[in-house]
Amino acid sequence: MARQNAFTQIGELVVRGGTLVDETGARRGDVLVRDGRILAVEEMIDAPKGATVLDAGGCVVAPGLVDLHAHLREPGGEIAETVESGSRAAALGGYTAVVAMPNTEPAIDSAAVARDVLALGEEALAEIAVAGAITVGRHGERLVPMAELAALGVRLFTDDGRGVQHAGLMRRALEYASGLGVVLAQHCEDEQLAAGGQMNEGAWSSRLGIAGQSALVEEAMLARDIALVRLTGAPMHFLHLSTAGAIEMIRQAKADGLAVTAEVTPHHLALCDAAVASFDPVYKVNPPLRTAFDVAAIRAGLWNGVVDAIATDHAPHPPERKEDPFEEAPAGMLGLETALAVAHSALCASPEESGDGAGPGWVPRVEGTAMSMRVLFGLFSWQPARIAGLDQDGRGTRGERGGQGGPIRPGVAANLTVFDPTAEWVVDSSRQASRSRNTPYAGRRLIGKVRHTVFAGEVVVRDGAPQR
Amino acid sequence: MRLSDAFAEVAERPIPKVPALRGRTVATVFMEPSTRTRLSFETAAKRLSADVMTFTAATSSSVKGESLRDTVETIDAMGIDAMVIRHHASGAPLRVTDWVGASVINAGDGTHEHPTQALLDCYTIREALTARHGEVPADLGGLRIAIVGDVKHSRVARSNVLAFSALGAEVVLVAPPTLMPASLEGWPVTATGDLDAILGELDVIYLLRIQSERLGEVLLPSLDEYHWRYGLTRARADALKRDALVMHPGPMIRGVEISPEVADLPASLVTRQVRNGVVTRMAVLFHLLGSGAM
Repeated sequence: MARQNAFTQIGELVVRGGTLVDETGARRGDVLVRDGRILAVEEMIDAPKGATVLDAGGCVVAPGLVDLHAHLREPGGEIAETVESGSRAAALGGYTAVVAMPNTEPAIDSAAVARDVLALGEEALAEIAVAGAITVGRHGERLVPMAELAALGVRLFTDDGRGVQHAGLMRRALEYASGLGVVLAQHCEDEQLAAGGQMNEGAWSSRLGIAGQSALVEEAMLARDIALVRLTGAPMHFLHLSTAGAIEMIRQAKADGLAVTAEVTPHHLALCDAAVASFDPVYKVNPPLRTAFDVAAIRAGLWNGVVDAIATDHAPHPPERKEDPFEEAPAGMLGLETALAVAHSALCASPEESGDGAGPGWVPRVEGTAMSMRVLFGLFSWQPARIAGLDQDGRGTRGERGGQGGPIRPGVAANLTVFDPTAEWVVDSSRQASRSRNTPYAGRRLIGKVRHTVFAGEVVVRDGAPQR
Repeated sequence: MRLSDAFAEVAERPIPKVPALRGRTVATVFMEPSTRTRLSFETAAKRLSADVMTFTAATSSSVKGESLRDTVETIDAMGIDAMVIRHHASGAPLRVTDWVGASVINAGDGTHEHPTQALLDCYTIREALTARHGEVPADLGGLRIAIVGDVKHSRVARSNVLAFSALGAEVVLVAPPTLMPASLEGWPVTATGDLDAILGELDVIYLLRIQSERLGEVLLPSLDEYHWRYGLTRARADALKRDALVMHPGPMIRGVEISPEVADLPASLVTRQVRNGVVTRMAVLFHLLGSGAM
């Protein structure tokens, strides 16, 4: 394999001087990497002759981040993003694995398309897993060949971009999926209740005269699907939950012992609907930015383990599509390059630090609620790795490369993120690796930056710069 | 308001035209069909001797294949001083201010705002009060104004709520719950679904247009039902105070918002509103583009 040669050529690697954070806890340590795997973890390691040394002083060294939810747009939307450009953005954001969403053109609803995307992933700067559609063409009518896709390593299935509207069909999909070792993931949006709503329904939508989408749009489908999980016993993952009510429903479902997992996005945990007052479509996203009350509930859900993962919903759109009025622009925001820094600024950095400079819609953190690095990286790395089946025990996309999400110990694949929690930086949308520019954080100061990313033993990002 | 008075005087002249904006160019950019508002602005600009360019396109940017930014930057590049923009999408004129050097005048955007309508409505009420009392009132303090109809989808209502309350009037919104905004948090208003209960307290009743599209969205059972519950019928007109003013932004649908015989009552200010639209818009254009004396 070409990639294998690429990293064997760079020889040995030492990640020096950082604080290792993984599921087992946090401790000081150096990491020695050879042939794509961690060879040794010691308090101090002398670099072997010829080894590359990555300085991790003052940094957290964590298992590489795993994104459950990225729209890489290939095939069909290459003007906005490709697997290659998306993986570059991912590497810069500290990701070593990304699940590519299937709402491409054509949709990932057949083995042929899945194979194409997996093949594009071979050359990428991160492991590319694919999610399959639940229904053919994402039309909500017929099931995709789930078993055939599962045999290719597809673990998540979703019609994301849309929810499966037909309750009866969703029941059959869950029943059919049982026993295949796969997880159906839902974009919860009841389209009849949504009725064309463009932003959160509430004080801001009323004042701005923009059609609203109530919290019920999300919660009605979530309630239906939790009931279907109860009925069928099949596991389900819930994408980009955005409302306080949805978080409470997940809490209850887990308390009832149901096999449900949930993700939230960086933007739903950081921003509220007040940002839309500018009418700038960069703040248009689906589900929409909600109220500060919802943001607080999401943060609580991340804290107390109700929410399993932070996932980007990275959704590139070419600039001209965001230069239309709010109501006509497509929904979606970039996420891969900023996700960890946004979450860190919103959840971990002190409120004075993130403060007012954070910009429109930013919800300041309540004093005394700083999240630990272990909880933060759990949400970004080993918890999503497990949901995507990319962890040590999972199949990975290619057998030999399961091994996302750590732990950091000898024998495990060397997928590592080196994060400097004190680095402050201002997001410059013109300097992002994504082909698109639709980041809501342009010009904002964030606290915490990815310094290096090691993917399967290869240094793909060094000092914030991509290495290929 | 005083500027509008001056231009009202111009409108009374045998040749109602002044050279105040000679050499200036005003572009009317209408992305939503509205002959009345466009003619009103263009008449205002011409009475000020400005040159007028007209751009109309009813289709959305995505259908056209050109972004809003490209469209307005192209027009701006032709060398204009003001862009009067009407758009079917809320917030479009605010976005345009980021992209063009010309002054931008919002001529109605989606279901957001219609500021010049609010100005002309305030001017019209002031004019009526002046005629009644023989002196110009300081503001609209002490007036109770009901805005009746599809508040949820009305840009006129949003602008008038702000304008009327800024001038001291007490505003009450009247609509069935399906046509009321989801939230009135922060709005300086009270709200009711019962028009008949408040008719006798009103100094101004401002009727909004009901669009038949709302039936398809199941926001109303029928236009007849709306008329039965909220239409200004003869009986309701009789229940108003004797000197209550009746207003409507047009176009008025007789038999829905208002009964045909009531529309022509002396209390109706509808034609004054149209006339004052021109003079108020002259004032807006002069305020933005004029220099020195008129």
